[in-house]
Amino acid sequence: MKTIRIGAGLGFYGDAWHPVAASIERGEVRYIGSDHLSELTLAILQKDRMKDPAAGYTRDLVPMMTALWPHAASRGVRFLLNAGGLNPEGAREALQAEFARRGWRARIATVTGDSVLERMDELRAAGEPLSHMDSGADIAAVRSRLLFASAYLGAAPLVEALARGADIVLTGRVADAALFMAPLIHEFGWGWDDYPQLAQALTVGHLLECSGQGSGGNFNAYARGGWQAVPDLAHIGYPIAQVAEDGTAVITKAPGTGGRIDFDTVRQQLLYEVHNPMRYVSPDVVLDLSTLRLTDLGGDRVQVTGAGGHPRPRRLKIVAGYADGWLGQAVVGYTWPGALEKARATEAIVRRRLAEQNLAYEEIHSEYLGYDSLLGPLADDAHVEELNEVYLRMAVRTPDKRLADAFPRQFPWLALSGPPTASGFSGIEPARALLGIWPTLAARELIEPQVRVSVTEVGL
Amino acid sequence: MKRCVRLVELAHARSGDKGDRADIGLFAYDAAGYALLRQAVTVQRLAEHFRGIATGPVELYPLDNLLALKIVLNGALQGGAARSLRSDNLGKCLGAALLRMEIELPDDYPTKGMDAQP
Repeated sequence: MKTIRIGAGLGFYGDAWHPVAASIERGEVRYIGSDHLSELTLAILQKDRMKDPAAGYTRDLVPMMTALWPHAASRGVRFLLNAGGLNPEGAREALQAEFARRGWRARIATVTGDSVLERMDELRAAGEPLSHMDSGADIAAVRSRLLFASAYLGAAPLVEALARGADIVLTGRVADAALFMAPLIHEFGWGWDDYPQLAQALTVGHLLECSGQGSGGNFNAYARGGWQAVPDLAHIGYPIAQVAEDGTAVITKAPGTGGRIDFDTVRQQLLYEVHNPMRYVSPDVVLDLSTLRLTDLGGDRVQVTGAGGHPRPRRLKIVAGYADGWLGQAVVGYTWPGALEKARATEAIVRRRLAEQNLAYEEIHSEYLGYDSLLGPLADDAHVEELNEVYLRMAVRTPDKRLADAFPRQFPWLALSGPPTASGFSGIEPARALLGIWPTLAARELIEPQVRVSVTEVGL
Repeated sequence: MKRCVRLVELAHARSGDKGDRADIGLFAYDAAGYALLRQAVTVQRLAEHFRGIATGPVELYPLDNLLALKIVLNGALQGGAARSLRSDNLGKCLGAALLRMEIELPDDYPTKGMDAQP
């Protein structure tokens, strides 16, 4: 039976690509799917684009492809990347310029039409309320503060791009797994009602879209050897899926790489951020994981079979982001003896001074690095007197940027006039913009007709 | 006297986010451990454990085929990672926080290789 091997690219904007090079050179992959976008990433790209209309794509695209393309081109490896962000055409132009400069040849496709920020009123006029998917709140509350709004497209336009011969497919917001589903649908000719195969493909995409987290990175099994038993994280191999025409898949990685593929590392990624595992919704199929079987074949190979598939949803998910005030923060450390007590005293002084100056912040958050900043109310308060050091971190929320910028100025005087041993002050950090996320839905008929695939030939 | 263990002895966990939801997978090391998790890790127990973090309801989905529980904590991320004031704005540490939960072991539970606490 025909099989296709797909490798994981990046798992987020800022991820490393040396493991992708290993998959290309030693993993016998035919395709790389690379996920550069999170909910947060689009907000970063929107800020870039406001400063420069040519920007708005993830800037790791050009250096990554410059490093990988020479290895990929000679082997016929094709790429699908959502690095286009808010500006797939801009991404294409940047990549095209670099390829032309180096005299490289490639067919580069772009997929556009996911960005609906300019169409929000039109969608409402067409009968979509665009209310908050979870809370049901009216979008009027945030309408004027929207920074971006992008629909999660499915695999269809990516399949079209591959059919038109693209070597590199640049998209904006698509369902992460679509980057991996598209090559399988293209190669095997599955129909949009081949639910079991689409469900297997979605599962494969989900297992690959977080790069090293699918092959032993960020993995814990504390009572059974733990993360320390995962070999050579410095040279981790990102997961590779070998998928057969019937949808059966084996998850593996390139020989000679670090990390681990086994029942435990794969199932930990399988359930990552899926919410209801009996109904994991994507634009192309709804996945039921309750019938799925993982079979550990040994030798960094795990077989995946039996994913359940149900018809795709009628409406597509849109994620919009809106400006939601400012964060001001400061961090200052104290040493033993009584580190936590000193830090607590500083917090109390700062809060009292804010009140006396009538500085009203919407929210004041305090946490103690080295004690409870990561576990919050679940931190263990035994031995607190003996902690070597504790850092106080205070953060405020306010709609007023100046108030957020001013917050760290509450701290420096306490170095000489507060509790003893204040050290490691973070300085007067500028305020950081906060972003609210607005998930909503719209009929696919209102989105898909606007989707365009275009193919550009470079150096051919 | 009943013996208690932390979940870290029975299972591993990974957590992530989606909007204002924290999403935790809890994976038993073996079938006996999974049977125990199914009994002891209830919606009510989870709500108590994450009081002060989750402001909304807790959802629990057992997956017998994976010896795993999927746990969703609604309203657990101060409105979402991008507007949160916390260091762990993405809820990446909530899996570890879950592994701190203590449960009672049945008298006949096999504890070979397990560091049970009295």
